[in-house]
Amino acid sequence: MNPSLREAGLFAGLILLVAGIFAWLGAAYGVRMLVEASCYAIIALGLTIQWGYAGLFNVGLMGFVAIAAFTTVLISYPVNDVFWSGDGPWMLGQAALTLAIGVAITLLLSRSTRIGVPKGLRTALTLVAAAITYLAVQGQLDPAATLIEREAGFIGGFGLPVWMGWAAGGVVAGLLGWAMGRITLGLRADYMAIATLGIAEIVKAFLKNADWLTRGTLTVSPLPWPVPTPQELGFVASRSAYLAVTAVMIVVLYVLLERAWHSPWGRMMRAIRDNEVSAAAMGKDINRRRLEMFVVGNFIIGLGGAALITFTTIFDPSSFAPLNHTFLIWVMVILGGAGNNLGAIFGALLVYVIWIMSEPVAIFLFTNAEQLGERLFGWEAPADLYTRALQMRVFVIGLTITLVLRFAPKGLLPEKVVKYD
Amino acid sequence: MPLLEMTNIHGGYGGANILNGVSIAIEANQIGVIVGPNGAGKSTTLKALFGLLTVSEGSIVFDGKTVTNMAPEKLVLQGLSYVPQEFNVFPTMSVEENLEMGAYVRRDSFRHLIDQVYDYFPPLKDKRRQPAGELSGGQRQMVAIGRALMTEPRLLLLDEPTAGLSPRYMGEIFDRIIAVNKAGVGILMVEQNARQALALAHRGFVLAGGQNRFTGTGAELLADPEVAKSFLGGGADHA
Amino acid sequence: MPEAGLLAILPMNELVFFLNKVVIAGLIIGSVYALGAVGVTLIFGILRFAHFPHGDMMTAGAFVALVLLWMFPGVGAAVGLPTAFVLMPIAMAVTALLAVGLDRMFYRPMRKSGVKPVVMVMTSIGVMLMMQGLLRLFAGTGTRQLYADTDDKDIYRIPLGGRDLVITEPQLMLFATTIVAVVALHMFLTRSRMGKAMRAVSDNPDLARVSGISIDHVVRTTWLIAGALAAAGGTLLALDVTLKPDLSYNIILPIFAAAIVGGVGQPYGAIAGGLLVGFSETLAVFNWSVLLRPMRPYLPEFIEIPAKLAFVPTEYKIVVPFFILIAVLIWRPTGLFKGRVNN
Repeated sequence: MNPSLREAGLFAGLILLVAGIFAWLGAAYGVRMLVEASCYAIIALGLTIQWGYAGLFNVGLMGFVAIAAFTTVLISYPVNDVFWSGDGPWMLGQAALTLAIGVAITLLLSRSTRIGVPKGLRTALTLVAAAITYLAVQGQLDPAATLIEREAGFIGGFGLPVWMGWAAGGVVAGLLGWAMGRITLGLRADYMAIATLGIAEIVKAFLKNADWLTRGTLTVSPLPWPVPTPQELGFVASRSAYLAVTAVMIVVLYVLLERAWHSPWGRMMRAIRDNEVSAAAMGKDINRRRLEMFVVGNFIIGLGGAALITFTTIFDPSSFAPLNHTFLIWVMVILGGAGNNLGAIFGALLVYVIWIMSEPVAIFLFTNAEQLGERLFGWEAPADLYTRALQMRVFVIGLTITLVLRFAPKGLLPEKVVKYD
Repeated sequence: MPLLEMTNIHGGYGGANILNGVSIAIEANQIGVIVGPNGAGKSTTLKALFGLLTVSEGSIVFDGKTVTNMAPEKLVLQGLSYVPQEFNVFPTMSVEENLEMGAYVRRDSFRHLIDQVYDYFPPLKDKRRQPAGELSGGQRQMVAIGRALMTEPRLLLLDEPTAGLSPRYMGEIFDRIIAVNKAGVGILMVEQNARQALALAHRGFVLAGGQNRFTGTGAELLADPEVAKSFLGGGADHA
Repeated sequence: MPEAGLLAILPMNELVFFLNKVVIAGLIIGSVYALGAVGVTLIFGILRFAHFPHGDMMTAGAFVALVLLWMFPGVGAAVGLPTAFVLMPIAMAVTALLAVGLDRMFYRPMRKSGVKPVVMVMTSIGVMLMMQGLLRLFAGTGTRQLYADTDDKDIYRIPLGGRDLVITEPQLMLFATTIVAVVALHMFLTRSRMGKAMRAVSDNPDLARVSGISIDHVVRTTWLIAGALAAAGGTLLALDVTLKPDLSYNIILPIFAAAIVGGVGQPYGAIAGGLLVGFSETLAVFNWSVLLRPMRPYLPEFIEIPAKLAFVPTEYKIVVPFFILIAVLIWRPTGLFKGRVNN
């Protein structure tokens, strides 16, 4: 089939599906679903850069989303006056100063070979300095954290506009990606997957346990919105305004990415992805280019994540179920068509709609199965059947991944092979 | 009837054909040598014979049986054995374990065959417990050939057995190959050192562009001024 | 009695505490990691991809043991051992077959179509999600005991002056199983025809093929071993603590770390790596103040001993395997036992 016809057909089908949901469950529900789907679409765009363009295997998506969401909270949550009027800032400042001095000394020591210190001694000194720094900072941070948690709850935010929070969230996610990329990009894909999985777990552990900073499991809410809230405008109007914001973001990102992809830079990226060896032989600095991709991808993932969490109005570190949501996004990208921006957007919308709808469907199916089982066999359903039923959705994600990889590895909207004469 | 008869073989990797009609025939207990410039399809011919790439046209008959596109593990049972040019040992396994892996398809006792390999290649006996990856290039080649002999093949395929070896080892390997052949094993080998190899060949095949250019006994080819001029003399032209 | 005098100076109480909290605990969790990491490293060596569902395979093995426990509750009492342990060989066999089945259904078709290793990893992640979904669907998300009412969990206390060295029955069984598994695996890999063929395929798959080694057989054996060991690790871990369906995320990172530290494709390295990661974890979260406190009289006045002095707070235990992993990947990507990096 003609590719543009195929695109038109698929999108038309999607619109029909969404229209059906609007009719069935109402506009407020429908718009909410669309906003969330559009946030996922932004994240999927970030991932398609990493996976589809550069072949980078990032399974730590939720870590980057979480860190971006936290940064947004820090920047845009209202100022906590109790914290600022107490000893907390002073103590944190001391800890930060210790950290800065310690890091400086450690860095200086790590370069001490230049003034003739033997290598072995250098390494030993550096490690000792790092350990002392770590213990000293920890020693100062602990009482500060206890004090803050007791007096102020947590440090609150800076009360700046939400868009600044989103941008900062993207930047922090990008920075974390840069640090990760420096370490893992030279490695084979499996190792990179494992390392990104690890970083996501660590980010989650940190956000969950650093109560003084994030309120941990107590959660932070309500998060400020970039548009008037439902209390001011009502659900449909306010959510529609939010949708307008995310839709504009998608369009801008899409246009920028398409242009980049068709520029000489994009051509080089494809060359690297498709034939690493010959690209390296042509003198391309592959790992540098990949690092760029990884950082840009994580920036966009952070942006989408920040928008998503802001929309839910609650920052709950334990809600970043790492793998399920990570792979929901993976399914979006590979089902939509890795390496095709439109495919990523389409995949995100479609998969999210199905994902959301699968909850009532799963519960419906299981309730019926329960009744049937009771009537026919006197089967007594376990009490947690609902939570169990929802686990079926995890199964379905997994099944979709394996099926798509096996039978439609190029996705529904395959990457358009650009031909050069 | 020849032991091996490859007729008009076409084939290659993926789309592009490398072989465009190669024919090779040798009798039992003979040494056949394939020479030719780089890219002529010499190694590819061996791989096509050993089922490592798909033959799209032509037929391969070994010992009266058609074996075209037969899988390598089945060809081993037919009496063929193959020594790749590189990565031809199991580096972390000991010399003796390498030989045992050569005899993997055998269910009978093969102790005497291991001793026979040590007779062919005495240096290996002292190194039997050492990992093959730690041996010198020449000794690794001995392990590789020894491994291939463990199935008691009727025809041994060698892909550039002397590539990268010092002249001393080269001579030794050639001597060993002759000894193996004297013991009743046919040899079909690809060689860059064309003169030395043709000197010990019963049958020689000069390939170029994936086709036979000249075929004859080793002595005939060495004597042929055309062959000497194009393929043996100024190797630099074709390097 | 000079010896008694020496013993009296030594802070036995604290040392035993250290032995309990670090050495024994490290040995236990290290053994579990080792049993998992051997499978991961074998799969990596033979099939060349990181097998993400390994933690779920361990959980699945433990659940098989649980189902067997329901079916034959009285077996343990007859032998005098916990029922689940007596039935563990069956659970291992079932899980081994499950592993082969998963390979048939999901991995083999991909392998045959010659996809890149990274696609195999994605597929394995898909399988991981499916296993997780199914496990929770059938088993719920709650915690269970793998001890039947008729079993009693023996606890051995070895008095060492003051505090006791504590070791429980399942922990002893775990050590015993790990040792038996290591020895058996060693014999298998160095003595048996199939074991050597596995090493050959791991070394050089192309040459193994031209030697007439059936890659399919080797792959099947690999899954059988990996599945059986995973079931043993999962069952014994569940016997020691409890059986939870979400073992997988918490355990896969240390297992990968162990496999990579040990050198990918190196079964002995994986065992050493498992123990190394286990000990690192317990050492990192250990409260060193306990050991410092008895030294109080000998230390200068200005040093104050904090109430808690651990390298890593317990909540951040996950960073330990991660840092080991990163450190090895940066400084010695072949692992401490020279595994493979590429291909």
